[in-house]
Amino acid sequence: MEQALNQKSVNNSPAPEGPDSLHLGIPFKLQDKINVWVLRTLAFAIITMLATLVVLLFKQSGEAVKEFGLWNFISTDNWNPVEDEFGGLSFLYGTAVSSILALAIAAPVSVAIALFLNEMLPAWLGKFLGLFVEMIAAIPSIVFGLWGIYYLAPFVKETLTPLLKSTLGFLPLFQGPSFGIGMLTASLILAIMIVPTITSICREVFKTIPGHQKEAALALGATRFEMIKLAILSPSFSGIMGGVVLGFGRALGETMAVAMVIGNSTSISSSLLAPASTMASVIANEYAEADSDLHVAALCLVGIFLFVITLIINFAARSIVWHFNRKHAR
Amino acid sequence: MMIETTNYYRWRKFKNRFFQFLLILSAIAVLTPIFLIVQYTFVKGASSLNFDFFTNLPKPVGESGGGMRHAIIGTLYLVAIGAAIAVPLGIMSGIYLAEFDKKSALSRILSFSIDLLTGVPSIIVGIFAYILLVVPLKSFNALAGGVALSIIILPIVTRSTEEILKLVPDHIREAGLALGLPRWKVIFMIIVPGSFKGIFTGVMLAISRAAGETAPLLFTAFGNMYMSYRIDQPMASLPVQIYNYAISPFEDWQRQAWGGAFVLIIIVLGINLTSRAIINRNEFVNFFIELNKKFKGKKVK
Repeated sequence: MEQALNQKSVNNSPAPEGPDSLHLGIPFKLQDKINVWVLRTLAFAIITMLATLVVLLFKQSGEAVKEFGLWNFISTDNWNPVEDEFGGLSFLYGTAVSSILALAIAAPVSVAIALFLNEMLPAWLGKFLGLFVEMIAAIPSIVFGLWGIYYLAPFVKETLTPLLKSTLGFLPLFQGPSFGIGMLTASLILAIMIVPTITSICREVFKTIPGHQKEAALALGATRFEMIKLAILSPSFSGIMGGVVLGFGRALGETMAVAMVIGNSTSISSSLLAPASTMASVIANEYAEADSDLHVAALCLVGIFLFVITLIINFAARSIVWHFNRKHAR
Repeated sequence: MMIETTNYYRWRKFKNRFFQFLLILSAIAVLTPIFLIVQYTFVKGASSLNFDFFTNLPKPVGESGGGMRHAIIGTLYLVAIGAAIAVPLGIMSGIYLAEFDKKSALSRILSFSIDLLTGVPSIIVGIFAYILLVVPLKSFNALAGGVALSIIILPIVTRSTEEILKLVPDHIREAGLALGLPRWKVIFMIIVPGSFKGIFTGVMLAISRAAGETAPLLFTAFGNMYMSYRIDQPMASLPVQIYNYAISPFEDWQRQAWGGAFVLIIIVLGINLTSRAIINRNEFVNFFIELNKKFKGKKVK
């Protein structure tokens, strides 16, 4: 008996396997402290890195600010790298017009397709088509650009422009010849690209509406349209706005697809058929070839504007969605 | 019964019909271009591919043939650099945000920084990497491209890791702590391996996003018409190569741009859909069960 007990204790004497084999001879409390401080250091490193990058970006653009002045830079549209004269108004204009036009096309359509997927289709089919729509968000923007050059631009030139000219040709928006590439084509591409963003947020928002609200509306004798208007659209209005603003932020920053189809002209034209430039497209086109320091600085300044504007838009969208979620979590 | 025949009732019914018609119309308006893009890329891309495309380097201008071997390898190389930097960092900061210091200033600032990085346009990321690595090294280089991609990957990995770890119920952590384990062992040996699938999916989604990015590579890794494995030299990548070929006037290059787009879309969507399928496996299975039921139901009727 005693021998058996001894045997057992001898067998147990080596350190047990499993998580405890990593004991390292350091007290647990200290181990945890080390771990937390390692993670804190990493977090601090990421923050410092980002702050440094932003500061360097501002520093890089300093020369352009000194040369032209901030207000002067955004109020003139004279962009001439050969003469080293830079004014960014045409890019601000191009970004604003292309994004707003894209939003005007994409926002109603996205809300409609979200309603269609959630309310009209059986759940399994809605889920499948929803995945299909979300798949567009995963397609690289260079592929959109390629499709834009070889398919959409000829379509705009040969089909859409004559159609628009014959119906709305008297408007200053549709004057002048169409080269296929231009503001309108870029806006169409952008519209296609931001649909999945808005749609997926709208679908999430619509899902938060309890089923009994819809049933109550239907029980009162509402048609499906009235039910959607009363029980779905009006309570989720702020959520939809959040999605739309987020889509706007995405349209502002979109680079490659726009750079390939907008035509890269640095002048402002009232016609949507004319080529133009956006802030992102001019950076993509000229940064690698910029040889004078002033040119690089001016492009960085354009970049700062883009950075700050998308930042504001994104945080606005986030806070709208966040407030909506908090209101409905109760 | 009288009410049903009034004009107002008819008007309501008409509005309802019209509205539903509009919904269907807009669904068609969205699905048509998506379908066209996918179909056009697949048809044009697949017909532009041949064996040379994968095994050859570009031929001089004017000669037809040649391929994009250097760009395919370049993309893998750049994405690997980006992932090697950003994935460990992202998972660590995700763990930090989910498990430690929930209300401290540091974690709030980190969370804000990650949000900020998520929203930064990819072209600005390119400028960041340019300032950080191209200016000091005085030449476009692959490392700058990799770093640019890592800035794209980092916020996605951080956020997805954080969200997934937040889904782990607290009683699992408490069970681990009750066994007398130190907290770091609970996290790294119980919580993280338990949500490995979710974290892995987030990583793969981030990588697929980075593989398709063009804008941050334009003036960091730049592009190269030759095979290069050097980290301090310009390196070709599939998206940049497609861009350069697409805006070139040579027909054979344009054909190759389509081939490249096809390969890129297969890589990106392949990774994306596979990882989605892993995380939503039950949903996928259910979808096919439902589909099966529908068709069987029809046959019986």
